[in-house]
Amino acid sequence: MATPGLTALGMKGLLRYWRTLKRFWGSALASQMEYQVNLLIEVLAMAGNLAGSLLLLWLIYGRGQQLGGWSLDAALVVLGIYTLLDGVSSTLLRPNLGAIVTQVQQGTLDFVLLKPIDSQFWLSTRTLSPWGLPEIVTGLGLAIWAALRAGARPGVATLLGGALMLLSSVVILYSLWFVLATTSIWFVKTWNVTEVLRAALSAGRYPISAYPAGLRTLFTVVLPVAFLTTVPAEAILGRASGMWLLLSVAVATASLLFSRWFWRLALRDYTSASS
Amino acid sequence: MAIIRAETLSKTYRVADKQPGLAGTLRHFVQRRHRDVAAVKGVSFTIEAGEMVGFLGPNGAGKTTTLKMLSGLIHPSGGMAEVAGHLPQRRQADFLRQITLVMGQKQQLIWDLPPLDSLRVNAAVYGLDDATARRRIAELADMLELGEELTRPVRKLSLGQRMKAELLAALLHQPAVLFLDEPTLGLDINAQARVRAFLADYNRRHGATVLLTSHYLADITALCPRVLLIHEGGLFHDGSLRELSSRLAPCRLVRLELEEPRPAAAFVSYGEVEACDGRDVRLLVERERLTEVVARLLADLEVRDLEVSDPPIEELIGRLFRQGAVT
Repeated sequence: MATPGLTALGMKGLLRYWRTLKRFWGSALASQMEYQVNLLIEVLAMAGNLAGSLLLLWLIYGRGQQLGGWSLDAALVVLGIYTLLDGVSSTLLRPNLGAIVTQVQQGTLDFVLLKPIDSQFWLSTRTLSPWGLPEIVTGLGLAIWAALRAGARPGVATLLGGALMLLSSVVILYSLWFVLATTSIWFVKTWNVTEVLRAALSAGRYPISAYPAGLRTLFTVVLPVAFLTTVPAEAILGRASGMWLLLSVAVATASLLFSRWFWRLALRDYTSASS
Repeated sequence: MAIIRAETLSKTYRVADKQPGLAGTLRHFVQRRHRDVAAVKGVSFTIEAGEMVGFLGPNGAGKTTTLKMLSGLIHPSGGMAEVAGHLPQRRQADFLRQITLVMGQKQQLIWDLPPLDSLRVNAAVYGLDDATARRRIAELADMLELGEELTRPVRKLSLGQRMKAELLAALLHQPAVLFLDEPTLGLDINAQARVRAFLADYNRRHGATVLLTSHYLADITALCPRVLLIHEGGLFHDGSLRELSSRLAPCRLVRLELEEPRPAAAFVSYGEVEACDGRDVRLLVERERLTEVVARLLADLEVRDLEVSDPPIEELIGRLFRQGAVT
C-alpha cells in the first residue's frame, strides 16, 4: 500500500520516527507557550467537571444508595480513570484528531501525504497540548487514592495489569476517535462526530453496571466504553480476571488495526477523487 | 532518460449533479445523480532531467489535476505516469524523497512559529542529520535572501517572505523533481522576480527538473524554454515559447480612455473588442495593423489616454480557443 507500513521499519527507521516525534512535540510546546491563558481555562474547566461528578456521586451515596454494586471508593476509581482519559484526550487526541477535518477542508492533507512518513503517525502525533496534563495527574491521583481507600492491595502483578489495561483503554479511545475523524475524508464538512463521541464517553464516568442492561450491552459491545474505564478500574482494584485483561488487550489491538485499515480505505477514495 | 513520462494520462471526476433549492436537495438526497467530468483527457509528454517546463492553460484546464497525478496525490483514471522511475500514485518513500510539490495557495509552515521550527520538523521527517540540515538551510536561505525572517513567527511575515520560506521548506530534502503550482500567486512584481531568479539558480545548481504552472506569463518567459499548453483537458502545444507566442500573440492589446462614451459597435472596424465600458475600451489589434489602427483611432475619436501592451496570457489563450485556431 501507499504509506510505508510500521512493520517495514528497521532500527534506523524507528530512530527517524523518534526524532520526528521529538521535533513534533518540541514545536507544539513552543507554539502553545504563546497562549498561556489556556492553562488557566483548562484547569478551571477540569475542576468544574470533576466537582460536578463528585457532587453527583456524593448525592447518590449520601442517600445510602449504590451504583451497580460499587462502593463509593470503587466508583471514585472509575471517575479517576475517566478524568485521566479526558486528560489524554485534551493533551493528544483532540488537538491532533480534531485537526484532521481542517486539513481535509484546507487541502493541507496533501503535504502530509507527500512526506515519506506514515500519514497516520503524522496526523496522530503532530501536536501536543500540555494543558491536559494537570487532568492526567489529578485523574491518576484520584484513582490510586480511591483504590487504596477501597482496600486494594496492589502487588506488582496488579500494577502491571492496571497499567496494561490503562494503555489498552487509551488505544481503544484513540482508535475510535481516529476512525470517526477519518470519515471527514468523505463528509468533508465536519458533522462534529467528536462531540457525539465525547457525549457517549462521558458515560464512562460511572461504573458500567450502574446502567440498565440494554445500555450496558451497548457500552460493551458496540461502543467499548466498558473497556475504557470500568475494566481498568476493576484491574486496579484487583478484581479483574485474566480473561478480562486478555479481552481488553485484544479489543485494543483489533481497534488499532481496524483504524489503520479504515484510514487506508479512506485514503484510497481521497486520492482517487479529491480536487 | 526521461525523468517524467505521461502517457495518455486521463482523469475523470465523478461529481454530484444537484439542482439548486430545497426540491433539488431532496431529490438529490433520495436519488443521487452523478455526472462524469473529464478534467484531463489523454495527455502525453516526456520531460528530460534538468528541464524547466512551463505549464499553461486557463483556469480549470486541468493543470493542477495533472500536477497532482504526477506527484501521486491522485490516481489517474486512465493512462499512466512515471516520475523518477516510480509510479507516483504508489507514493513509495523513495519516490517521495525525490519530489516536491509547492502550491501557491496552500501552506505547510506552522502559523504560530518561526519557519525554522517547521524546517527542523521536515529535516527529521526526511531523516537529515543536524549538520546536513543546517548546511542546506544556510545555502537555501542565502539563495532566497532570507535571514532573520527564519526566526520570526510565520504569521508576522509578508506574503513574499512566507512564499520564500515555503520554498525553503519544500526544497530542504533536495528533490530532483519540482512541481510548482502557482508559486508566485499574489506576490508583488519584486517578490515574483526574486522567486523566479531563485528557481533559475536552483535549477542550475542542482540540475533539478521543474514543472511550473503560473498565471503570470513573465514567470514562464523568464524560466521555461519549453511550454506545455493544455486546454479543456487536452494538450494543445508542446514546444518552445517562441513558437507558442508567434501562434498566440500576433495581436496587441490597445486600451483607450475616451472623452465621450461610445457603444462597442463603434470599434468593430478597428479590431476585436475585448471590453467596452462606456469610456474605457479594450481592443485586440493585429500586430501589422497596429500603427495604422492607432493613427485612425487618434484621428477619429477624442482620446484622453491610449496604451498598447501585450495581452495577458489568459486573454490570448481565450482568444485562441474562441477562434478555434488550434485543434
